[in-house]
Amino acid sequence: MMIKFVLHRLLWGAITVWFIATATFFAMHAVPGDPLIQDKAMSPAVRAQLEARYGLDKPLSQQYFTFMGNMLSGDFGISFTQENRRVNDIIREHFPVSATLGIAAIAIALVGGVFAGSIAAHYRGQWPDKLVMFMVVAAISVPGFVIAGLAQLIIVRLNAAAESTVLPVAGWGGVNHVWVPALVLGLGTLAYLSRLSRAAMLEVLSSDYILAARARGISGISLFFRYQLRNALLPVVTELGPAVAAITTGGFVVELIFAIPGLGRYFVQAVQQLDYTVIMGTTVFYGAFLVVIVVLVDISYGLIDPRIRLSAGRS
Amino acid sequence: MGIPVFRFAPWQPPILPDVECAAPPSWRWSPSLLAAAGTAMAMLLFVLVGPLVWQQDPSQQWLSQVSSGPTSGIYARVVGPIPAKGTGNLSRLTVIESNTERVHLAWPEVVSVERFRLYRAKQHQSGKGLPLWQGRDRSYTDELQLRRQIYRYTLVDADTGIMLFSTETRPEPAISVFEAQLQGLIPASAAVYPEYVRLPAHPLGTDALGRDILARLMAGGRSSLFVGIVAPLLFISFGAIFGGLAGYLGGKFDHFAMRSADFVVALPFLLFMILLRIAFGIGPGEDGILPLILAMLLLSWPSSARLIRGQVLALRSQPFIDSARLSGVTTWGIFRRHIFPNVLPVLMVAFSFAIPQAIFTEAFLSFIGMGVSPPSTSWGAMCNDGIKTLLSHPGQLLWPAAMISISVLAFNILGDALRDTADKRSGGVGQ
Amino acid sequence: MREAKGIVTGKIASAVMLIVFAVVGIFPGLPAQASAVDLESKSITLALATEPPTLHSARATDTIASFVISHMMEGLLRYGENGELVGGVAERWQIDENGARFWLRENATWSDGQAVTAQDFVFAWQYALRPETASQYAFIFYPIKGARAVNEGLAPPDSLGVRAVSRTELYVEFAQPCPYFLSLTAFMSYMPLRQDVVEHWGRRYAADADKMLYNGPFTLTKWVHGAHLTLEKNPHYWDKSSLRISRIDMPYITADPGAQFNLFRDGQIALANLDTGLLDEAVKRGYDIQHFHSGSLFFLEFNFRAGRITANRSFRKAIQYLLDPAVLVNKVIGLPGVLPAYSLFPVTVRGQRQAFRQEYPVRRLRQDLAVARQYLDQAKRELGLEVFPPLMLLAGDSPRAVQEAEYYQYLLKRGLGLDLRIDQQVFKQRIEKMRRGDFDIVVAAWGPDYDDIMTFADLFASWNDNNRGRYSHPEYDRLVRFAQNSASASQRFAAMAVLQDLVVDDVPILPTYENAMLYVQHPQLKGVRRSVFGGDPNFRDAWIEP
Repeated sequence: MMIKFVLHRLLWGAITVWFIATATFFAMHAVPGDPLIQDKAMSPAVRAQLEARYGLDKPLSQQYFTFMGNMLSGDFGISFTQENRRVNDIIREHFPVSATLGIAAIAIALVGGVFAGSIAAHYRGQWPDKLVMFMVVAAISVPGFVIAGLAQLIIVRLNAAAESTVLPVAGWGGVNHVWVPALVLGLGTLAYLSRLSRAAMLEVLSSDYILAARARGISGISLFFRYQLRNALLPVVTELGPAVAAITTGGFVVELIFAIPGLGRYFVQAVQQLDYTVIMGTTVFYGAFLVVIVVLVDISYGLIDPRIRLSAGRS
Repeated sequence: MGIPVFRFAPWQPPILPDVECAAPPSWRWSPSLLAAAGTAMAMLLFVLVGPLVWQQDPSQQWLSQVSSGPTSGIYARVVGPIPAKGTGNLSRLTVIESNTERVHLAWPEVVSVERFRLYRAKQHQSGKGLPLWQGRDRSYTDELQLRRQIYRYTLVDADTGIMLFSTETRPEPAISVFEAQLQGLIPASAAVYPEYVRLPAHPLGTDALGRDILARLMAGGRSSLFVGIVAPLLFISFGAIFGGLAGYLGGKFDHFAMRSADFVVALPFLLFMILLRIAFGIGPGEDGILPLILAMLLLSWPSSARLIRGQVLALRSQPFIDSARLSGVTTWGIFRRHIFPNVLPVLMVAFSFAIPQAIFTEAFLSFIGMGVSPPSTSWGAMCNDGIKTLLSHPGQLLWPAAMISISVLAFNILGDALRDTADKRSGGVGQ
Repeated sequence: MREAKGIVTGKIASAVMLIVFAVVGIFPGLPAQASAVDLESKSITLALATEPPTLHSARATDTIASFVISHMMEGLLRYGENGELVGGVAERWQIDENGARFWLRENATWSDGQAVTAQDFVFAWQYALRPETASQYAFIFYPIKGARAVNEGLAPPDSLGVRAVSRTELYVEFAQPCPYFLSLTAFMSYMPLRQDVVEHWGRRYAADADKMLYNGPFTLTKWVHGAHLTLEKNPHYWDKSSLRISRIDMPYITADPGAQFNLFRDGQIALANLDTGLLDEAVKRGYDIQHFHSGSLFFLEFNFRAGRITANRSFRKAIQYLLDPAVLVNKVIGLPGVLPAYSLFPVTVRGQRQAFRQEYPVRRLRQDLAVARQYLDQAKRELGLEVFPPLMLLAGDSPRAVQEAEYYQYLLKRGLGLDLRIDQQVFKQRIEKMRRGDFDIVVAAWGPDYDDIMTFADLFASWNDNNRGRYSHPEYDRLVRFAQNSASASQRFAAMAVLQDLVVDDVPILPTYENAMLYVQHPQLKGVRRSVFGGDPNFRDAWIEP
């Protein structure tokens, strides 16, 4: 049963990736413009050489099959704009950056969200609850680029006030570079998770076994950690998968503003410069990444909560 | 689960367990719902009725007052093209003409100084300020974005850096003849013109091209809210019809519908949004709103399709539908009388959560320069313009950002309240 | 039942938390933050605007690559402290109408210790001209005899008019007189390449720091793509004793001037470019703001293809009398140093003895709304039109380009009642539309490729492929031909003065502004050369003051 389900999901995943690749391929070629054109006029001989190098001299259908063949063997070709770099290298070098940022964002969102949610649930209906819930809605109502810009401004003021570099303003490479962008990136998820954990916590608080535990004389910190938190984490954990996927694929703005060499930034550049191979490589990679996450989430649902029937899938 | 996982990702529908809504729930008007609905209405009024009250053209450029703070209507001197000539014997740095179109300065010869450098600073600023010019002449006309404030000019020996002279001046408000003619304040061919003309007020100031920010907020809001409301309306209607049919008809059509929804959901949203936006292209002169809505429709319909399909599936097996069918009500009738009223609350909730997402998506695309194209504007595009001048003129970013935030906040609270009402259970997360 | 489930979930949750903290925890600890300048280690830190797409000297085209290459490679000649040409790999040289001869230093070496030979130059130039190299800058070799034929695939590479007479002597034969050839040898495409290394790496040459050879003052010791480049003093450089900076670290790549400025303010980088929005803040902080003319000209280019309204001279005159570059520069752009442009030739173009524009000042028109409207009426009559159809203004998508386009749109609407539709396109689409002629007016720019007036003058000759509007004027062509073949400097520049006047009179383009870069620099950092040619900024002769 389990194996059949997993195989089924994986098959669908593969078909979905194929679909993404095909859709991207044709959408990209439908974009007007010429990927080879450059600032200065080039001679026909040079142009012919370039077309042959990238296989653009062949009909579109043939280019499609060539691409599919290469994709199956795991090769996305060489970038148009970064002439000496293979797309595989670009993904391999820059995706870990996006992923690190994404995981840090999730970590912040998870810790902050559960904390805020627990506080809100504990003081249900009182001012801390209202404050947390208002901040949650407010946090998702400010556009990310505004938060990012303001965050930079604050860091600059902070560093100026402290007359030393407390936090770097931009860049990448060390642990200090991660926190602020990750916080900005994870803020939406943080807000979402705090609502989720508040609700879950409320449900747990009114359940029989908490009453039973209280009756047995367990209270305070021990009750919170051993009974409430553990159980309230279930819905939060099940939501982490989609959150990871969304965050790692959606960090463009943060990457742009904080000068982080993540994959998202490369994608935006590639689209603007019609870098065919990089566009294909990144979309297919991200598509596959999303699909894998979704499959993993589906499987983990089955593992965590036996009430969910595996064969039905999620749709 | 109305809060999106990621701020720019499409809204994901809650996976509703068993639907047990026999009758549409009754609406409760809580204070927060009222406040949110009021704010949303106020926003709509602001962008729709506002322009009737504040009748400035949002694309009119007052180059004589770029990036100015809030102003009331002022009189400005009309200055001709030829600057006043320097006068004979000077003993120090002298202001010969001083208005916001130009400050004309002249200074005497200084022994052993070959090249001069001229700086301009605001009155209370420390340091020499902005280097304006370097050269051998003994006069200079400063025309660089002058405002009505006191300036201090400092003349320095360019080679040694020794300070030679310093003087202060406060330019009077002015407008060039050319601009006054362009704006129709004085006739184009007239040889004589009035000494002063009256300029309009700008309660929120002007942007970097001298356009009235208040008028632009209204015009920008129209695009933002138009996209924010029309796009969700379209993709939710399409999704609802598609999903409703899939749920009701079942079988092959259902399978097809759900698999296509799976595919579309699997596309990386933002990546495809950008790709589609470029693929549809915007021709010259178009405002780019239509391709934007089209791209959103193509990518965002599956969530509501799934949502409605689930609802319809659950409803289809309810006894009251069976009895309606047995008593000879047509399919259309069943849809109209029984199914539609029952899914409406869910649709309303989905709609009110889709609006902030659509506003964000538009703002984000405009922010990276792939949204509406000029002369149309939107709050996101205004943010994009404003972020460059965040340090010197924060208002140009903060106003449109505040407008986005307030509308999104209002629609989020509205959605929350609607959901709480539609939802029988407490807790506020919707399941 | 519920109890049991809770424990399982709890374990999973704790495991997830643990993994998250583990991943967050294993970030490499940050070494002490690099500062803008470090006197002790003689190192400076900078931010790059973008990652150089390639550092292959034969193929690179952009300014960032030019900056990096100018530090890690050295040509026959190079630019000295004051922007004058001085000997690089070449010790002495001779130039006349027919060709040039260079004698190379004995002690010039590659970063692997081998000597730089004349053959390395012959190989590099032939390599750059081969069609399969597809170098955008192949045309810059065209003054050399046979270069065009080689580039078009009509002749074998070894037919190129350049010979290694001996290991240290190089002879170049010209196709036509080329008084500016010496400045070309400092250009990045003219850098030497070692055949064995280039052929060993093939297409991967210069893809990473360890996949290339250096012969310049610095070597690239670190290249983390998209993130970090480091240049360090080249121990094999023949003149290493004259270098006073031993390390240039570039750990930031961001095109956002705001982010760069924040880094500068934070004491992280030694140099930051400014734009309009940051100016006030920089002044407020009392920074010493400097600027230099980047030598590039921005202009409106009209379309002269059949059927275009912009082919009508009166129509162009109307726009010329309407658009005042001074207003654009002072009000819209608002950066001191940026100059309103009235001539095809920017102030940085050299004349016979001093700047060309000082020798031959440009004729200036006084903008006048009434005159502009008269010209428009005249155009209407000449074209037999009742109303003008909407015109397409092709523009870029950078913030300044959009702002500029919005200004033109408003100005033409208000001043002449013309509908200007902005066609805002990202780079590749814009260039493609320019090539196809799919525009009425395009906001274009041209940066000089070599230090001679011809880099601007031949731009609108009817045979130039970069003449996107297909402007064709016999007198213009004649003047360009004359200057190209003339060996007399005075006659050449006199012809160019006539050409300058022709551009004002016939308006093939409407110059708008001459760009300048505004920047702030760390007060301890001295001797940075900012220049139009030879890679900008240049730190070869820079030093850190205690």
